[in-house]
Parts: sequence; structure tokens; C-alpha cells
Amino acid sequence: MSHQSTYTPGNGFSRWMDERLPVMRLVNDSFVDYPVPKNLNYWWTFGAVLSFCLAVQIVTGIVLAMHYIPTTELAFASVEHIMRDVNYGWLIRYVHSNGASMFFIAVYIHMFRGLYYGSYKAPREVLWILGVLIYLLMMATAFFGYVLPWGQMSFWGATVITNLFGAIPLVGEALRTWLWGDFAVGDPTLNRFFSLHYLFPFLIAGVVILHVWALHVTGQNNPAGIEVKDPKKDTVAFTPYATMKDAFGLSIFMILFAYFVFFNPNGLGEPDNYIIADPMKTPAHIVPEWYLLPFYAILRAVPDKLGGVVLMFGAIAILFVLPWLDTSKVRSARFRPLYKQFFWIFVVVCIGLGYCGGQSPDKILIPVGEGGFDVTDLSRILTTYYFLHFLVLFPVLGLIEKPKPLPESIAASVLGSEPAKS
Amino acid sequence: MAQTHAVEPTRRDFLYVATGSFAAVGAAYAIWPLIDQMNPDASVLALASIEVDISNIPVGQESTFKWRGKPVFIRHRTDAEIAAAESVDVATLPDPESDVARLRPGPSGEIDKKWLVVIGVCTHLGCVPLSYRGEFDGYFCPCHGSVYDTSGRIRKGPAPTNLEVPPYAFLSDSRIMIG
Amino acid sequence: MKNKMIEISRKTGLLALAAAAAIGMPLLAGPAQAADAVKPIQLEWSFEGVFGVYDRDALRRGYKVYKEVCAVCHSAELVRFRNLMEPGGPEFSEGQVKALAADIVVIDGPDNSGEMFERPGEPKDRFPSPYPNPEAAAAALGAPAPDLSVIAKARPDGVNYLHSLLVGYAEAPEGFEVLPGLHYNTYFPGHVLAMPQPLSDGQVDYEDGTPNTVDQMARDVTHFLMWTAEPKLEQRHRIGFQVMIYLVLLSGFLWFSMRKVWSDQH
Repeated sequence: MSHQSTYTPGNGFSRWMDERLPVMRLVNDSFVDYPVPKNLNYWWTFGAVLSFCLAVQIVTGIVLAMHYIPTTELAFASVEHIMRDVNYGWLIRYVHSNGASMFFIAVYIHMFRGLYYGSYKAPREVLWILGVLIYLLMMATAFFGYVLPWGQMSFWGATVITNLFGAIPLVGEALRTWLWGDFAVGDPTLNRFFSLHYLFPFLIAGVVILHVWALHVTGQNNPAGIEVKDPKKDTVAFTPYATMKDAFGLSIFMILFAYFVFFNPNGLGEPDNYIIADPMKTPAHIVPEWYLLPFYAILRAVPDKLGGVVLMFGAIAILFVLPWLDTSKVRSARFRPLYKQFFWIFVVVCIGLGYCGGQSPDKILIPVGEGGFDVTDLSRILTTYYFLHFLVLFPVLGLIEKPKPLPESIAASVLGSEPAKS
Repeated sequence: MAQTHAVEPTRRDFLYVATGSFAAVGAAYAIWPLIDQMNPDASVLALASIEVDISNIPVGQESTFKWRGKPVFIRHRTDAEIAAAESVDVATLPDPESDVARLRPGPSGEIDKKWLVVIGVCTHLGCVPLSYRGEFDGYFCPCHGSVYDTSGRIRKGPAPTNLEVPPYAFLSDSRIMIG
Repeated sequence: MKNKMIEISRKTGLLALAAAAAIGMPLLAGPAQAADAVKPIQLEWSFEGVFGVYDRDALRRGYKVYKEVCAVCHSAELVRFRNLMEPGGPEFSEGQVKALAADIVVIDGPDNSGEMFERPGEPKDRFPSPYPNPEAAAAALGAPAPDLSVIAKARPDGVNYLHSLLVGYAEAPEGFEVLPGLHYNTYFPGHVLAMPQPLSDGQVDYEDGTPNTVDQMARDVTHFLMWTAEPKLEQRHRIGFQVMIYLVLLSGFLWFSMRKVWSDQH
């Protein structure tokens, strides 16, 4: 930890314990007396929201596993058994299925916040990379989980994604069969996906601990993007200041969560997944869950199988090297007028890719003569921009942009001596 | 100014206590579904009663039926077995209970002493006793040697109580509903 | 103070934006519809909305339509007779449900001699399937007849679609070729399907005097199929409303507590 421990054991027992296993000291130094910049805004509450989401998913998941049966014969029926017969089963299952979407909403907000305020920049590169790793693990976990109800989308999603590995030269075919344990997605596949779906959240939890550790070494970034100079003036204690703010943010987030669980529980899902998997019949339009749509659009934008797979994984891989692509000396977009505009364009591009991923690739958007400008064309433009944003704009903007003057200190920025518009 | 200062702490404390308690109540409610989901579900409860046909159990024999995952013994007792069950001094038993108190009235309202219905689970640690075995020709538990008589009452061994009588009723002379 | 207000409204603005983005997500995810799909007739249903509940009479009539018409070809094997007496459904009495169940014959066993035997249905039994397996259904009917248990959730705009489909049989437009054994329907994607028009006016006798028109029967059976798909809907709405009230109050408490905590920092 970067700051001095302020823990003083209050009584005999805690003194005794502190000399043997200083767990209270750890908690105190990490979540009570830990100093946080006093200018953090609500975008910074999503760390707490994400911890909450992970905990909810693990708890409800363990409960669902008590009733779920991972065989192709019974998986669909066992999920419906949970929905119909198990006490509060419908509630637990809807919390879990919508919880996945909530988790991704929160993680996207968290990541875009990092991009906006330059939280990935030195000295927080490792913190950022661990975050991207969590994101990758989340996608894998969500994918495994989506297969379990054994509906049409489960089956065909699993088929399509595992077939991606078939694109790898030489070993692709063997790798794919190995993943399946069969000659198509079948019982062995479902069983191993269930096992991995149970395992991965605990891997996520492990990386989250590293992520929080790394955060506490460097300290938090903040909306001003400048480092803490005088802890007395620039920071407040994590508890109660940050905890109360996090609790309030979380409470608001839970209203959104509850809306979906209770009043629109299938709004984020696909109707096709209420049709039991049929290996003989592919649904007319197969789409992944909404949180994977942008990557699905990138995959489809490339007319070559291997090329599509490479680009899709590249879109995530590029996030790992982000800290070294950015040449700007200033972190926060508040003081980077050019970057700020391109940031919002990038947000729109990502949403656009998500739109493309959900539409039929040959859907005509602007009719021209016989054909016209279709979804695939749009995906290609947006995919190109996605990569240009990181590979070209990131290095170039930092060199040509003239940042606004930074506030003297975090305390000063709170008091309003920062440039009026942010 | 000084006055507001004096009032402030209690008001503040009240707000925090109220917020904390309110959150705690919500958390407690949220935990209940996670606990209740482990209770028997609707499909289990729907199977909680069974109807059995007893017309083909001859005198001096016994049939076993599965009810709530456990065996239920239905014994068509001989006169000798009934006599043995009735002859014992109830007060001397480890778990005093008369034979007739362990039987249920038939469709006519009168107790037919021929039919004994007990749950075939030893009250010691849950093993299934063997029928027509042991000193009293009732039941003998092979796990730890508990001995039951022809009324399913504990007579010897570590079991603390008599074999349990399930809730049941005669639907007719030949049909019993258990549960 | 004014600056303060602007600051707050900016922050709430950002939160609102986040919420809007989150709610907008399903729009993105909205399934790519077949180009020729016709938007179903939009009806108002009693089970929609925050306080939505089922209409018991509609459920009971719908069950009759299901039993006398749909069940001739379709299964609904996730539904059991006992569900009919559970709260939040048609809420038949226990006696009624036992009688309904006893009408069917269930193959059970093996008995003590190892033989399978027939017995009258009981509340714990599933709705009977007209065919032993989907293959047999497809062979007999010329096309697979989907299980109806969760059909209302398995189609986009499920309830409106089901109702529209049932009332949507029509003469094929000029020049539209319909092969023998197939039928034209305005709302079916692709317009031709194997299922002949299942309902005709007056087909199912209604005991409560409701006019038994095709439209009314289609509404009732759709109502019933929504219940088979979401039997816990009423409980979900009731608990959901309580949870919402709780969360709004909790947010209020937390907001004021947070303001108090932060008050010494401004």
C-alpha cells in the first residue's frame, strides 16, 4: 500500500489478532482510511456497482446450480422447473439472467469512464490491463452461461462461437472438436460449459482482487486527471465519503436492475431462446446477447473467415496496449478539447457497431439503384474507424493537441478555479 | 449558531441509524428467497401423498411403499401378532404407547387391528429395519441393533422412540391414502 | 449556490444519460425481423404494466379453447394440472382440478410385478401430449407442432403475435401461390403455414355467456398461453412494486445521509 497504515487496534483481542493475521488492518487501510481524491464524480461509483454485480451473479448462480441439470435432455426443462416450481426460482433466475446484462452495462460505463478520463495512462497501465482481463473473462463466462438454458440461441450461439476456432490454420479443426468433445455441440459440450461457467466467476473474483490491489498502489485517477499533491487537502477518507457516495449510486443502479427483473425480464433476451435447442434447424437470425453485438458486427464485416476472427479478437487485444498508444501528456478529456470530441464519436461508433451486430447483414439502410448501402457496408466503415481511433488518433492527437491549462491541484479544481467548462 | 451545533449530532445520528436500519431490513428480505429456494418445491409437495391398494397383501405378510422418499411398511397382522402387541404392559415400554393408539379407524369408523402402517425408518439414525426379525418378530435394525415389536414400538437397543406412524386414512376397505 | 445547482443538474443529467443508454440497449439488441414479417395487431392486455394481473375468466375460457382446440395437435408439457389451482392462474378449485385431471389416462409404473399400468390422471400430472414425440407429431400433421408451454415468450411480441396469427387467416392475395396442404396467414412470417385455421365462430361453448367469436377465443387462448409461459407474473409484479418503493425510499435515505457526510467538505 502506498500510504502509511493508520490502523490502531482498539482492544486486547484486536491487538492479539493484529500480530498474527492483520486482516482488520487490511480492511481498515483499504476500505476505511484509504484516501480517495475528493473530486470523484458518480462515474467512479461503478467500481462498487461492479463488485455488487459480481457478488449477485455468484450468489444467484450457486443457487441456480442447485436446481439446474446440465444434460441436453433435461437442461431446458430444469430451467423451466426453476421458473415454475422452485420457491422464488423465477426471481433468482431472472436476477441472474438480467444480472449479466446489468454487469455489462456497468462494465461498459466503467471502461468508457476510464477512456474519457485517461485512467489507463501511466502509472495505471497494469490496473487497466487487469481490467481488460476481467472484461475478457466476463465475456467468456457470459458466453458459457448463455449456453446453459439450451434454447435455440444457446445452441446456435455455441455452434457459431466454437466454429470460430475452426478458422485457426492447421489446428483449428482439431481444436474445435476438442472443445466440443463430440462432432457437434452436444452433451459433453454442455457439461464442460457448465463446469467452466461455475469456475470462471471465481477467476474473475481473483483478478478483481489484483485490480483493486493495483488501484490502491497507484491511487485513483480523478476527473481532473492530476495526481494527489497534498493528501490533507486533496483527499477524503474512503469511509464514509466514498462508501456513502457508492451506496447511493448503487441504490440508483438497483432501481434500473429491478425494473428489468420485475417488469421487463425478457426484454434484454431473445425470444428464440424459449424454443428448445434443435440441432436440425437454425433460427432465421442468430444474434448474440446485446453486450457482444459490436464484436459480432466486426466479425461479420470481414469477408474472410480467419480475417474476421483475427479482427474480432484484435478489437479486444488492442485494449491491452492502449496505455502505450496514447501519447498525450494530459489524462482527462476535460482538458483535451480535440480528444473529447473524438471520444464521443468513438462512443457513437461502438453503439453503431452494436446496432449493426443486431441486424441482418444484408439489410439495406440507404437504397441506391438495385441494392444500396447495407448493414455490412456500415459495419466495415465503423470497424475501420474503431481501429483507426486507437491506432492513429491515439498517437496523433497527443502530439498535435494543445491541452487546456490544468488546475493546480485537486482541491483547487473542487473549489472551482478550474476552467469553467469541463 | 452554538445551538444548531448542539442539536446537529443527534439529528445526524438519527439519519444514519435510519438509513442503516432501512438498508439492513432490505438485505434481510433479499436473503429470504435464497433460503426458501432450498425448501421442498411445488413439484415435490405435489407428490407428497400417495394412494395404495392393500387388497393383495395376505394375512401375515407386509408390503413396502415409497412415500416422500422413504419406505412405508403396511403389515397385515395375524391374530397372534395383534395379541403379542396388546399383551405388553405399556408402562414398561421405553416409549409408552398402546397398540391401538398407533392404528387408524377404517372406512366404517372402527379400528381394524389387522392393519399396521409405519414409516420404515429406524428412529435411531435413519436406517431401514428388517421385517419379521428380532426378538419380538417385529422389526430389527441391522445398523445398531434396535429391536421393535409387532406394533413397531421400540423394545430394545439405542433407538429413542417407536417407529413413526405416517398420516394416513382408509379410503375404502382396500385403499389407503398416505400423506 | 447557483453554481452548485448547475453542478447537481449536470450530474443528474449524466446519470439520466447512463440510464437512457442502458434502457436503449434492448433496442439495439432487438432481433432482426424477417423482412416480410407483418407487425401484429397491438392489443391491450390486463397482465401488462406494473400492476398487470391475469383475468381469471379469460384464463378459464382460454383453458377451454386450449383443451378443445389447441391440444388436439399441440402439447404443453411443462404445465401440470396442479398449476390450474395455484394462485395467480385460472385458480380452479382443487375438486375441479382433480376432475379435469381424472379425465385423462396416464401410463404409470412399473408396479410391484414390473408391469406398466394405466391410471386416471392426478393434479401432479403434465398436460397430455397428443403425440408420443415431436417426430410422431410432424409425421401425422405434416409439420412439427411446437410445444405451447412457453410459446408466448418464444415469439417476438408474443401475445400480440399469437392473437394476430389466430385471426390472421385470409385468402391469399392475387398471384400468391399457396401449395396444397398449406394455408395463407397475414401475420405468419412468410405467410404460408401448415396449420389450418383452428378457430371458427361459435366453436367452443362458453359457459359464462361471453360471445364465442374467433377474435374473443383468440384473445382468451392467448391470455391462457401467456399464463402458461409466465405463471408467476402476478407475484413478480406484486413483489416488484414493493421492491421499487423500497429502493426509491432507500435512495432517498442514502442521498440525505451522503449529503450530510459530505457537508463538511464543501
